[in-house]
Amino acid sequence: MIGLEHYLAVSAALFVLGVLGIFLNRKNIIIILMSIELILLAVNINFVAFSAFLHQVHGQIFAMFVLTVAAGEAAIGLAILVIYFRNRGTIAVDDADMLKG
Amino acid sequence: MTTAIFAFYLFATVLLVAAVMVISARNPVHSVLWLIVCFFNAAGLFLLLGAEFLAMLLVIVYVGAVAVLFLFVVMMLDIDFATLRSGTARYLPLGLAVAGVILAELLLATSGWVGGDGAGLATTLASAPEGMSNTQWIGSQLYTRYLFVFQAAGLVLLVSMIGAIVLTHRQRIGTKRQDISAQVARTPASAVHTAKPALGQGVEL
Repeated sequence: MIGLEHYLAVSAALFVLGVLGIFLNRKNIIIILMSIELILLAVNINFVAFSAFLHQVHGQIFAMFVLTVAAGEAAIGLAILVIYFRNRGTIAVDDADMLKG
Repeated sequence: MTTAIFAFYLFATVLLVAAVMVISARNPVHSVLWLIVCFFNAAGLFLLLGAEFLAMLLVIVYVGAVAVLFLFVVMMLDIDFATLRSGTARYLPLGLAVAGVILAELLLATSGWVGGDGAGLATTLASAPEGMSNTQWIGSQLYTRYLFVFQAAGLVLLVSMIGAIVLTHRQRIGTKRQDISAQVARTPASAVHTAKPALGQGVEL
């Protein structure tokens, strides 16, 4: 019988893979954005698993909102990436210092 | 029942393998394609959990829109990906250490966790109330209790759309564009003039 723990374990592994992806591809912001998508997917799996095992629908509704925000984040992130590439000719973000921050 | 167990392990395994490929593929186009595999298998897990609407939403929104957006950007930009991968080996030990710590903590927390008194954690999966589909169940809450949050989510999407357009829109220099107000404001006095050139001479335009 597949229980809540199984889903939580899968989601934990997916979350960790997302974090590892950010570490491994420090320069490639496209892969970093994909890693963030993986992390948000792990969060969604958690929400839906708890929603199913608590017999309540609120987790699924919240997962929908997470999906909405993730879609907006991807759109804005890729737009920023495009204008960054237009200005710099590269997407290596580890030397992004134009804001002098 | 055994089919469900088999399906869970199949979806979970393919999901995690695809996630590994996303972060380790040399070519970002392959990464995006593995990301699509990830989303499909997560949708399968959602189906096993009884969340059919979210599963379809994941396929439509993520595979149909977000992943294609990623593909567009990866293919549109002319990027030398080989140089971007340098330094991966340097960050690998630190990344593995942090990832191992987080994974161990998460697994310990989830395996040792028991629901509190009021949690009412069930061993069986939820199903929609009698006479309702999963979609109706979500809608019955989304459009009543979560109405304002739903509207706010729409605003988030609107703002992100406007933001993306404003960020990437640019005025090209040197292109000829139609200027409608200038066309409408043209009068015969400004557009036509008569000339009477002398014999053998041209007309100044």
